[in-house]
Amino acid sequence: MVTQVTSFGRSGLYDWMIQRVSAIVLSLYTIFMVGFLLLNPDLTYDQWSTLHEATWMRVFSLMVLLSIGMHSWIGLWSISTDYIKATGARFFFQSLCGITMFVYIVWGIQVLWGL
Amino acid sequence: MLVSIYRYNPEKDDAPYMQDYQIDLPAGKDLMVLDVLNLLKAKDTTISYRRSCREGVCGSDGMNMSGKNGLACITPVSEAVKNGKLILRPLPGLPVVRDLVVDMGQFYKQYEKIRPYLINDAPAPAIERLQTPEEREKLDGLYECILCACCSTACPSFWWNPDKFIGPSGLLQAYRFLADSRDTATQDRLGDLDDPFSVFRCHGIMNCVSVCPKGLNPTKAIGHIRTMLLQNAT
Repeated sequence: MVTQVTSFGRSGLYDWMIQRVSAIVLSLYTIFMVGFLLLNPDLTYDQWSTLHEATWMRVFSLMVLLSIGMHSWIGLWSISTDYIKATGARFFFQSLCGITMFVYIVWGIQVLWGL
Repeated sequence: MLVSIYRYNPEKDDAPYMQDYQIDLPAGKDLMVLDVLNLLKAKDTTISYRRSCREGVCGSDGMNMSGKNGLACITPVSEAVKNGKLILRPLPGLPVVRDLVVDMGQFYKQYEKIRPYLINDAPAPAIERLQTPEEREKLDGLYECILCACCSTACPSFWWNPDKFIGPSGLLQAYRFLADSRDTATQDRLGDLDDPFSVFRCHGIMNCVSVCPKGLNPTKAIGHIRTMLLQNAT
């Protein structure tokens, strides 16, 4: 057993499961968005804002934002533990990723919910 | 034929280098790479490599032949040669002791971690612990591993984290004991593997499957371990 305190869920199985579930959410959202844009070639601002004002869309978008955060955290954590061997530099990179992820989620909520 | 061999003697050389040898192979015969090395060794006795059984059983002569890991004794020259040249290097990712001889310490440490022996707390029966043919069948494709290290040293996850990631060979053996109906330490074994490195550093690129000289499938075994961990935790 290798102890790790900087991985997302402290457990390999948990990280692996989150990575798979978030990938499915991101794929569904991508398919939905591509489909929506193809079905509405002359998209207006009203149509776009009506879509994003619906509660189900807000739930879907928030789920996607959180999925991006978790998915990228686990991915970048893996990359940093592969390639950054100096502990200080690795911890700095991981902290920077964590902060960036948090900023993007809060900012994303503001943008998508029109707060 | 031109043979290019990785040379490094830490007592004499500052850095490793490739040394070229020209060799005439007997016509009409497809020698094994080990035979070529033996012929070269007769000309230059300083070339170092491990070998023993010369028939793919002992796993001593694992090496990188023109970019692909394998056992020199069962790899025909015709398969290993590229553009008329045979390039021989030590297994990647492990410290080189000399020429084609690597230090397998890290590889064995990972093997030791998975406790590669049967654990059963029940008193031993008078003769042997019995299995049904179906239970025994589950060990096929697992017990045949000869620990040559071709798979683990072809795995980038093992290159980057050889001290934390068990590696394909160790995980194949871990599953061999998880799948054994006579073993009673399944929960303990699974508990030891549920961290972000030991199993989950495998990203399924299947280099291990492509190089295994015994035709085994460590990626499939790792998939089974993941399923067992998931079943255990949900």
